[in-house]
Amino acid sequence: MTAIAVENLSKRFGRKQALSGIDLAIAKGEMVALIGASGSGKSTLMRHIAGLERGDGGSLVRILGDIQQKDGRYGADMRALRGRIGVIFQQFNLVARLPVITNVLVGILGRISAWRGTFGVFSKAEKRAAIEALGRVGIPEVAWQRASTLSGGQQQRAAIARTLMQRSEILLADEPIASLDPASARRVMDVLADINRTEGMTVLVSLHQVEYARVYCDRTVALRDGKVVYDGPSDALSDSFLTELYGAASEELVLPQKLPVRPAAADPATKADAHAGRHVDEKTKTFEPA
Amino acid sequence: MSTTSETLAHAAPDAATRAQLAGINAGRDWSRTLWNFVILAGLIAALAISWGPAEMGQWTFLFTDSANMVEYASGFLRPDFTDGAYYVHEMIVTVEIALWGTFLSLIVSIPFGILCAHNMVPWWVLHPCRRLMDFFRAIHEVVWAVLFVVAVGLGPFAGVMALFVHNTGIMAKLFSEAVESIDPRPVEGIRSTGATRIQEVVFGVIPQVLPLWVSYTLYRLETNVRTATILGVIGAGGIGQVLFESVRGFYYPQSSAILIIIVATVVLTDLLSQQLRKFVT
Repeated sequence: MTAIAVENLSKRFGRKQALSGIDLAIAKGEMVALIGASGSGKSTLMRHIAGLERGDGGSLVRILGDIQQKDGRYGADMRALRGRIGVIFQQFNLVARLPVITNVLVGILGRISAWRGTFGVFSKAEKRAAIEALGRVGIPEVAWQRASTLSGGQQQRAAIARTLMQRSEILLADEPIASLDPASARRVMDVLADINRTEGMTVLVSLHQVEYARVYCDRTVALRDGKVVYDGPSDALSDSFLTELYGAASEELVLPQKLPVRPAAADPATKADAHAGRHVDEKTKTFEPA
Repeated sequence: MSTTSETLAHAAPDAATRAQLAGINAGRDWSRTLWNFVILAGLIAALAISWGPAEMGQWTFLFTDSANMVEYASGFLRPDFTDGAYYVHEMIVTVEIALWGTFLSLIVSIPFGILCAHNMVPWWVLHPCRRLMDFFRAIHEVVWAVLFVVAVGLGPFAGVMALFVHNTGIMAKLFSEAVESIDPRPVEGIRSTGATRIQEVVFGVIPQVLPLWVSYTLYRLETNVRTATILGVIGAGGIGQVLFESVRGFYYPQSSAILIIIVATVVLTDLLSQQLRKFVT
């Protein structure tokens, strides 16, 4: 059964054609990478599949067999459908001032009665489930800390815990590692791969760097100027093929210093050097006060 | 190469720099400069026209008739606290008026703060709500108090209602401005879980604006304590009424005592609310 079926999806923002005639089908249980240079339409496509944006006329998006949007109109039960799709974002999109556990608990808003959700009345069992979800991503101890006190990698994992709490069947990850240092990026990707494998959750992850796609995803979809230019096995995406697809823009898609194909075998020192700047950022973020 | 003080770079300027040097003002937006002059000229003209009607020519009286002021002020030099307990009691009534007025407007400003924010509601909700708040705000507390005195009679309750209505107009505007400057991404995060619109507000918007809202509310409480004193003058109860009666009866020592109590209370509320605001932000 197809989890995500996109047919002829187009979107124009003013003069810019952000997406044009996208066709994409992703089966249940797949983990697919979506790559492309900045401005190629990755985020726009993600936002349409998540039901946060509506396409132009002629577009059709089906989620788990139900119509999510057609001709720029949302389907009948949009809210319920949003609940079945978990989304994580590049900037984590957690509510900074709320404790982590509340940020995770909002995942069940789509499943519990509207009144109970609105007044934030969560049962003990639900709180236990939230802590278990945090344990699943490896940060159970931060449950009562404010989300703003977490490092970027921890925030992203808390966001993943929220989608686990949501019991979503599809996980959309929009550039989940673009603002993380390499070590945190790897942990987040490991968690995503693990959820895909053990829970059978369908994962669509947009990535800036093709190295991660090769390591974690069997299938890669490549976008350029709002069109699908490649859809097939990630192994086939050699650097020379990328240059063929993107020309000069392909430099952006490859790490400046080569990651070995299997990250476990990598020498951590060289990678830390290659990303020294970002690594420092990550550290200062950790110590940011509430 | 010349070594005048204006020369910054040691290397010869490149082609693009030379081109800009040739016509220093090339690409400059003259309309901005012109507008600045027009606005300045308009301001000066407005001040000149208003001189006569505002009777600004009488400024010399401040010095020639200063003896009158000294005589008037000397009556205030010996404050009379014989009725001190009564004044303090009325002062407390004034603070209580301000407290209830602020509380009621806080309750109403929470929904209206959301409904008046352009990033929360469609225009056909936004504009009616904003115009209603404009209306509340445009009419001064004193005018509202006069209206409510007619409706509910003389006394503190008219003061509470006057503060409530006017202050709602102000607080809803302040609240909505805070809502308009939130980060939309966490709200989108909440929306992506399948939450309702109200849940988006409760979990995504309110936590972001809460410190500002608390701060605004305390600031308005401060202001309302000051305003509530004035409201007494037009019969809405509290210390203002007592003050007005004693000034009209030429009881300057008593008036002086009342003023001292008012100033002390205002300073006290300011200090208290400052401490509270520090605590929440």
